[in-house]
Amino acid sequence: MSAREDTLARIRRNRPAGDHPLPDVPLFPPLVGNDRVAEFGERLKRMGGRIAAPVPGEDPFAAVRERLDTATVIASAVTEIAGNRDLGAVARPQDLADVDVAIVRAVFGVAETGSVLFTQDELRVNAVAYLAQHLVVLLDPADILVNIQAAYRRPDFGRAAYAVLHTGPSATADIEGVLIHGAQGVRSLTVILLPRS
Amino acid sequence: MSIENQGLRETAPESDHGQDGRRLQHAEAATKPVAVKTSAVKTAREPQPRGAKIRGDRPIDQAAAAERFLAAPLHQKAHDARLWDLRGKRDVAAFGIPEWEELRELASQIKTHTLSNLDRYLEEFEANARANGVHVHWAADGADHNRIVHGILKDHGAKTLIKSKSMLTEECGFRPYMAGTGIEVIETDLGERIQQLDNEEPSHVVVPAVHKTRFDVAEVFARTMGTDPENDDAHYLAESQRMHTRPLILDADAGMTGCNFAIAETGTVVTCTNEGNADLSGNVPKLQIHSIGIEKLIPRIEHLGVFIRLLSRSALGSPITQYTSHFRGPRAGTEMHMVLVDNGRSERLGMEEFWTSLKCIRCGACMNTCPVYRRSGGLSYGATYSGPIGLIIDPTFNKRKYSTLPFSSTMNGSCTNVCPVKINIHEQIFAWRKVLAEEHQIPLLKQGMMKAAGQILSRPAAYRAAIGAADSALRTLPRFAVYNPLNTWGKGREMPETPRQSFHSWYKQNRMTRQDGSK
Repeated sequence: MSAREDTLARIRRNRPAGDHPLPDVPLFPPLVGNDRVAEFGERLKRMGGRIAAPVPGEDPFAAVRERLDTATVIASAVTEIAGNRDLGAVARPQDLADVDVAIVRAVFGVAETGSVLFTQDELRVNAVAYLAQHLVVLLDPADILVNIQAAYRRPDFGRAAYAVLHTGPSATADIEGVLIHGAQGVRSLTVILLPRS
Repeated sequence: MSIENQGLRETAPESDHGQDGRRLQHAEAATKPVAVKTSAVKTAREPQPRGAKIRGDRPIDQAAAAERFLAAPLHQKAHDARLWDLRGKRDVAAFGIPEWEELRELASQIKTHTLSNLDRYLEEFEANARANGVHVHWAADGADHNRIVHGILKDHGAKTLIKSKSMLTEECGFRPYMAGTGIEVIETDLGERIQQLDNEEPSHVVVPAVHKTRFDVAEVFARTMGTDPENDDAHYLAESQRMHTRPLILDADAGMTGCNFAIAETGTVVTCTNEGNADLSGNVPKLQIHSIGIEKLIPRIEHLGVFIRLLSRSALGSPITQYTSHFRGPRAGTEMHMVLVDNGRSERLGMEEFWTSLKCIRCGACMNTCPVYRRSGGLSYGATYSGPIGLIIDPTFNKRKYSTLPFSSTMNGSCTNVCPVKINIHEQIFAWRKVLAEEHQIPLLKQGMMKAAGQILSRPAAYRAAIGAADSALRTLPRFAVYNPLNTWGKGREMPETPRQSFHSWYKQNRMTRQDGSK
């Protein structure tokens, strides 16, 4: 008998007694107040991320302007800013190893945690969100959901080949509990609140 | 090759403090550094205590390994403080959610339902994964898993494999197996990498190198990566590892991750990590492999809304991990494989008293809260799974080898109270003691203690009488009576102040009577 048939047969033989229906998951009241944008920003900051709300009419990238100006390689997956590395022309993910700053737009944000969601469509090349030194995220304030429960009711997870919630930058405290950003992935994550154009 | 010559990038100064200037404590960071004092170590360098000695199938001597840990006060104190801090942060996170208890109950019920219908959900998962273009494999046991993964790698001519942390692959003995194949396996989680380079098992399911000080890490990195042995700065060490591992990640032929949750409805593998290394493993090489314990199944995406809210809060006290990744299908031009591993799980499902241990989501909360674990270190258990959850899982793998583990518990029940999926851990520990005694797997002295405990614990009135006597004895006994070599739990800690009155007698006095009258 194959491992598959063997395992399934044992599971059927060993099924725990009793009827155990799947419980309905109620909609819990959101933990956050009415100002989703403020709540999102607060939680993002607690998770090591940065938030910027551009002044209308001024440079929307003011908060990361210095970083952009000193960057050698910028990979942009958004129309709001042009980079100098064309993500559409990347043959192998490894070719993005020298990216200093990557700019992507989030599908949505989550106020409960300060998370942003990307799928392969936003990232263009999934690895760019991890190989870049710094990540800049554009988020439409209208796209902020109240909580994780609301996030998982969205259809994106069932459709995307790859979907990922980022909450702040890469982090570790594996050595004596000392917090360090940029363990393997991006060293910083900045969310710029910018409506979709 | 010296790391210095590569020109380390400046580490981000915002690591310690957030944009608002407040101190950050996300990921597995400590509330305040529990750093071992330099002066204490420099004067007399305390070597890292090593774990239990493994002698084939012979019972693990957890107590002897715990002695070694207790004899290393710098390590022991830092370990204890660090994990107790995680436990404290877990409490704050849990109290921050009014529906916490309801979430625990839901998580427990969803797991019960899924495990009771696991055949159906596995078939659903398999069908959906196949429809997504994923190659699905079934492994009967650890050896089978290793052979399957080795086969996939061989078929692709892979010479290097980068992987993220996975307790399942530890359980399968994957790295030792691969050592003989000529294919290099590189752990990319910082803690796991430290352990790999030191040729030691992870000591904790979430923070694998928590038993090591930064001096230990500096020594390991100096020996294996050529870092400056005198530089024990955590930033320097972490950055060195990043610079050292990055080229290995870029050159890897294949990537591998474990699995926190597998969604039947969509065929998705979900990983919850902080470093981003699982996403590098899954998104950089053109071949990706996900190893999945069959008990990781949950029915639908919406159920993640329950488990994700519980996992990181229970583990680290943060609302979510930095990365929650959902791998459903291969990227264009790449291959994705998923290996469903049984390794005793379908057998455990039939153990009436113990099958609910399959609900475990590996958050480590029971370990952080356990006084025995915090004072003896995960390696003292000599098993893949340590701490309270280990005590009830390990004997299912090998009754003789792990026969002593269920005795490494004070039976305080704290593990059960913090478990996010409501596994009755301490009751199962007690049930294992009975099973092992009946099967003569435990030494005579412990059999005697067991019998006495069994008589008391099986009769609530006698139990209360015994607790009452023990508490008043603790208050009045002279120090030498409490802190003597016969009382192993008195070692390395002060006994807590006992309450003047047990909860039960207080309840009887205040509530039971008041119900009739004033209420």
